[in-house]
Amino acid sequence: MREITYTAAAREALAERMAVDPTIFVVGEGIGPRGGNFGTTLGLYEKYGAMRLADTPISERGFVGMCCGAAMTGARPVVDFMMVDFILDAFGEIFNQVAKMQYMSSGRLKMPLLIRGCIGIGGSAATHHSGSYLPQFSNIPGLRVVIPTTPYDAKGLMKTALTCNDPVLFLEHKNLMATKGPVPEPEEDYYIPFGQARIAREGKDVTVVALTLMVRKTLEAAEALAKEGVSVEVIDPRTVSPLDTDTILESVKKTGRLLVIDESFQPCGIGAEIAAQIMDKGFDELDAPVRRMNGGFTPTPYSPSLEAAIVPNPKTIAQAIRDLIKE
Amino acid sequence: MKVTKDQALALYRMLQIIRQSEEGLARQYAAGFIHGACHTYVGEEAIATGVCAHLDYNDAIFSTHRGHGHALAKGVSPRELFAELYGRETGVSHGRGGSMHLFKPEVGMMGTSGIVAPCILQATGAGYSFKLRGVPHVGAAFFGDGASNNGAFHEGLNLAAIYQLPVVFVCENNQFATEIAFSYATRNTDVWKKAENYGMPGVCVDGNDVLAVHAAAGEAVERARSGGGPTLIEAKTYRTRPHSEGMRDGGYRSLEEIEAWKKRDPIKILTQKLMIENIVPQSELDAIAEEIRLVVEDAAEFAKNSPYPDGATALQHVYAEA
Repeated sequence: MREITYTAAAREALAERMAVDPTIFVVGEGIGPRGGNFGTTLGLYEKYGAMRLADTPISERGFVGMCCGAAMTGARPVVDFMMVDFILDAFGEIFNQVAKMQYMSSGRLKMPLLIRGCIGIGGSAATHHSGSYLPQFSNIPGLRVVIPTTPYDAKGLMKTALTCNDPVLFLEHKNLMATKGPVPEPEEDYYIPFGQARIAREGKDVTVVALTLMVRKTLEAAEALAKEGVSVEVIDPRTVSPLDTDTILESVKKTGRLLVIDESFQPCGIGAEIAAQIMDKGFDELDAPVRRMNGGFTPTPYSPSLEAAIVPNPKTIAQAIRDLIKE
Repeated sequence: MKVTKDQALALYRMLQIIRQSEEGLARQYAAGFIHGACHTYVGEEAIATGVCAHLDYNDAIFSTHRGHGHALAKGVSPRELFAELYGRETGVSHGRGGSMHLFKPEVGMMGTSGIVAPCILQATGAGYSFKLRGVPHVGAAFFGDGASNNGAFHEGLNLAAIYQLPVVFVCENNQFATEIAFSYATRNTDVWKKAENYGMPGVCVDGNDVLAVHAAAGEAVERARSGGGPTLIEAKTYRTRPHSEGMRDGGYRSLEEIEAWKKRDPIKILTQKLMIENIVPQSELDAIAEEIRLVVEDAAEFAKNSPYPDGATALQHVYAEA
């Protein structure tokens, strides 16, 4: 199978859907002739022109609200946020309007709106270009939250997002965007359903649920631990809303131990949610307390030494797994 | 007078539908039948009436918390409106919305709202969708003077202007944001003049004169439909009831002021014009008013006799059905 980058895979999905669905248009800052700050729309402007690849003023709330109205009236907008932190300027439109519209209209309106943006700590991007906000986004009824980690998933989930009638947040970790992986030839039209976790590595001693970039970090840790005789099962939920707890529960039945690793904040977070659900549905399966590992509960610092100190890495992850095994 | 007799009668009929529905709702609120908020449009009926007369079901309107009049003028029936405020299954939003979330996309009624100003952005988006899809429809936003101080006003008008979208922005300047006077909230109380900032035409009309609104809206809608881009209309008006039913209505404005505006009642103004120009005999107008009285009575009765939605359905429609 050919290998392409995560960004190229997601872009291919967008291009394929734009070719068959003339109601798709993309808005964002620099997504026109420039092709997006991260190349998310590279080459599409030349093909589809300014109406379907519309550069915007720096008007986050404005263009999200505009796309809300467009989605209500027969279009399928894609909002390309570059940095997800900018979404916060449009949060009211997303939470109060976009996510509630189907309910308020008692299901007579659909909201086929995709909002994408890059998340994650890394590269001294500092605190206005590093957020993930998964707990905040996952707490919104009406919204789908998608967090692909591989190029294969980025394409398959993007295809699903672009045919879904719910509003979708598609969050791409900045340190995943240039990673390469196998993706089928364009002729193979595949879709990955929301709410279906992927077992990224099979194991029998401990279950680790990792989110976005943490999947890669955990796979590195698992590789190191294998040499010590510890067998780690790594689960990538792929979407956090909906969240596939069945797959996690099945794994915990096998391993009896669960660690959740999420770069975003710990309080009221995805780890807390997974822990509560697993304790509720599988308390007797657990041989040890459910553990969580998160990014620091702090704005993201700039200096590399500070930045590194607040994010889990393969070494700290491996240690957390060792500690859990001893419980 | 630039309208035909039939048009004039249609305008008069809609003014009556809105007025009598609102007065009916106010009575039902006092009687305890309405569960939540009820912001009436009494005194401002000419605006929705004059604008929506130019729109068909394919055109999309986006409204505010004071949106009963917009819903009625766009084609929601008094029965559906009353039943919604009564919280019934037969309501226009099946009891999920109430006064501030009236949706009927089938007729282009894309919602009233409990948040001030997003309607400006959403109407802009409807314009974007229509232009993208190459269809000759128009998006329209109705909003109060309060919304013109919100960032969404700036962002929406700017976006509509740069993309030259088929949108009509209708500012219903009733001079108070709840009880905060517009003259306190801005140093430039002429909203229409702000259109120039965005490079679009801005017009000011007497919002109590349905024929004036009708004429201004006709031009704006025609401009939008023919690819000429957006227009900002400011309709100066006044609500003659409290901000919301059940609220006191004193302290921030004088009784004299309210009485003065009541003399400028949109229904009276239209009636006088029709009399002066001998277009319609008073008896014909009276017959319409009486007919609407029965329609509104029926709407209240219909709402009262409709079932409440089944609590077991409360989680339906959060997501689209597969």
